[in-house]
Amino acid sequence: MFSTVLPYLLSGISVGGQYALIAIGYTMVYGILRLINFAHGDVFMVAGIVMVYITASGVPLYLSIPLVLIITAAVGFGIERVAYKPLRSAPRMSIMISAIGVSYTLQNLVLYITGGLNQFYPSIPFISDTVTIGTASTRMVTLVTPVLTLLLVVALVLLINHTKIGMAMRAVSKDFETSRLMGIKIDHVITVTFVIGSFLAGVGSILYFTNYSTVIQTSGSMPGLKAFVAAVFGGIGSVPGAVVGAFIIGICENLLKGLDTILVKAGLAKSMLGFTTFSDAFTFALLIIILIVKPTGLFGEKQTEKV
Amino acid sequence: MTIAGKTPKTKKLDRATLISIFIIALVYVLAFVLEQVMPATSMLFTVLKKGATYALVAVSMNLLNGFTGLFSLGQAGFMLIGAYTYAIFTIPVAQRMNVYQYYNGGLVQFSLPVILALVLAGLFAALFAFLIGLPVLRLKSDYLAIATLGFAEIIRAIFQWDKIGVLTNGSNLLRLFPTFADFNVRDANGTVLVYWSTFVPFVIAGVCIALIMLLINSSYGRAFKAIRDDETAAEAMGINLARHKMIAFCVSSFFAGVGGAMLAMYANSVQAKSFTTAMTYEILLIVVIGGIGSVTGSVLSSFLFVASSEWWLRFLDQEQMIGAWKVPLLRNGFRLVVFSVIIMAVVLFFRQGIMGTRELPDLFRKRHKLAGKGARKA
Repeated sequence: MFSTVLPYLLSGISVGGQYALIAIGYTMVYGILRLINFAHGDVFMVAGIVMVYITASGVPLYLSIPLVLIITAAVGFGIERVAYKPLRSAPRMSIMISAIGVSYTLQNLVLYITGGLNQFYPSIPFISDTVTIGTASTRMVTLVTPVLTLLLVVALVLLINHTKIGMAMRAVSKDFETSRLMGIKIDHVITVTFVIGSFLAGVGSILYFTNYSTVIQTSGSMPGLKAFVAAVFGGIGSVPGAVVGAFIIGICENLLKGLDTILVKAGLAKSMLGFTTFSDAFTFALLIIILIVKPTGLFGEKQTEKV
Repeated sequence: MTIAGKTPKTKKLDRATLISIFIIALVYVLAFVLEQVMPATSMLFTVLKKGATYALVAVSMNLLNGFTGLFSLGQAGFMLIGAYTYAIFTIPVAQRMNVYQYYNGGLVQFSLPVILALVLAGLFAALFAFLIGLPVLRLKSDYLAIATLGFAEIIRAIFQWDKIGVLTNGSNLLRLFPTFADFNVRDANGTVLVYWSTFVPFVIAGVCIALIMLLINSSYGRAFKAIRDDETAAEAMGINLARHKMIAFCVSSFFAGVGGAMLAMYANSVQAKSFTTAMTYEILLIVVIGGIGSVTGSVLSSFLFVASSEWWLRFLDQEQMIGAWKVPLLRNGFRLVVFSVIIMAVVLFFRQGIMGTRELPDLFRKRHKLAGKGARKA
């Protein structure tokens, strides 16, 4: 029984960690701007494409990885400057539409550059290696992801709780207007938020695409949406919440993918029931349930509404 | 807010309305005449058919996003329900064995007339909308957006589920149902006598959009706008928020369902896989380009959008030579890049879109007063 579940559990933890790294970007941006950054999943995808092209041009690995992370952070910064900053005083719907526009633009741009073909992600030594745990054979990235994710999250939480810029971030997410009156440079804080979010999405993309080995212009949308659900699940605006939510979603989704096999092997079902079809839908069902039962998520703070 | 075209006090139509009616009638006559004289393979008719379909869906989305202020991203899901309902109920009984080849001919063993199936398509979409709306409409702005988007994804997954394949044909195509081309009147040899294949979608979309206009100009429509402008104030004025939101949501979904059925008729086949979030985004962008809160704008921009993407900008996808000079950058996919840039420009710099909140008759009025600011609270 356990040996049947183990491979799904392992890939669940691994994917969960990768979702977590994307989800942090969503949750931080939402915490500060109250904006669902629909383009965040596409930034993640762009990071993958950049990696493909940089490696193809012959840059050694020890340079290409930092280069990818820097470019991804720059992309996040650029998007904020071009598409969100001019709309700061506009109604929320406009900014959301702008985010959808950016997502559309990035996907089309990548479609144009790649010609719409699947790009093979370069294999990275060590994390692409195969390892065997118990009965399950998996890649090293499965083990690296949760560890790296937790390290980065701890670093981020320390940054938010113990540095000046972290304090500014907390202030801005508490009250945008008041913190501006207190002399916090809002634009600076927002820039840092986007850079950190994109940087983490870049790390996530390296881990994720090492696992899935191909990148195409739409690769970012599903992980992006799932990571957003994870952020809502954990309580939007809360970094630890997003991480917990991401792991739960990653694990549940992969268990659902294996549910057919597990049930058949355990003798509970006679034939495959086709639950795999619902592995994506499950995430959204979870979202809707959480929004109805506990809209603030697991760790979210209650927002009071003012007229 | 001024309401386009109709002033509630007088029954008499003013000059601007008459001109507008004349223009619309002219468009219909032109659509009919052109199809009789031009070759049926012309790109124009592809654009007109798809444009009419998208116009209906865009207007239905505008009813929610622009007039009621409910930011919903579930349109593709409701279109999917409409398309499937239409296809399932209209495939001729004789063809069912071919279509449902893996499911022993499928469950439904009768077929309905097209009109009835279109209405059913809308009703099923509205029914689903009602069920989805019960929990979801309590949510606000971006949460509503993401929840409806999620529902669209769930619906897409359910329709692909193998276990209900007797109804939906699993992840296989549904095809061989009546399409727009089947409206053409043919003689015994199959030669077309009268072309109706462009006129029919125009009529379906026209009737539906007219119904939506009537709703918008009714007391319900005024309640929707009040909710959009200020929910709390609207509630204080005695508008039942839950009820009106539900009406807007169901009506919008009804017409999205009809639009989905039309899309099926246009595309000759239906597959759940194609009703993605990207489709919803596309429709949302059409609404934005046309002007959030303008029916005329949505219709115009649908035709513009479809014409540019299917026809006018096609040349960007091929290498072009000007004399001996090869134009750089042109290759497959460049059209979409140009397109995205235009859309971003509209979103960032022309937030009013083509029409803002004005309608067709407003263009013929001398009043220079802008009908409300385009910007509004989400």
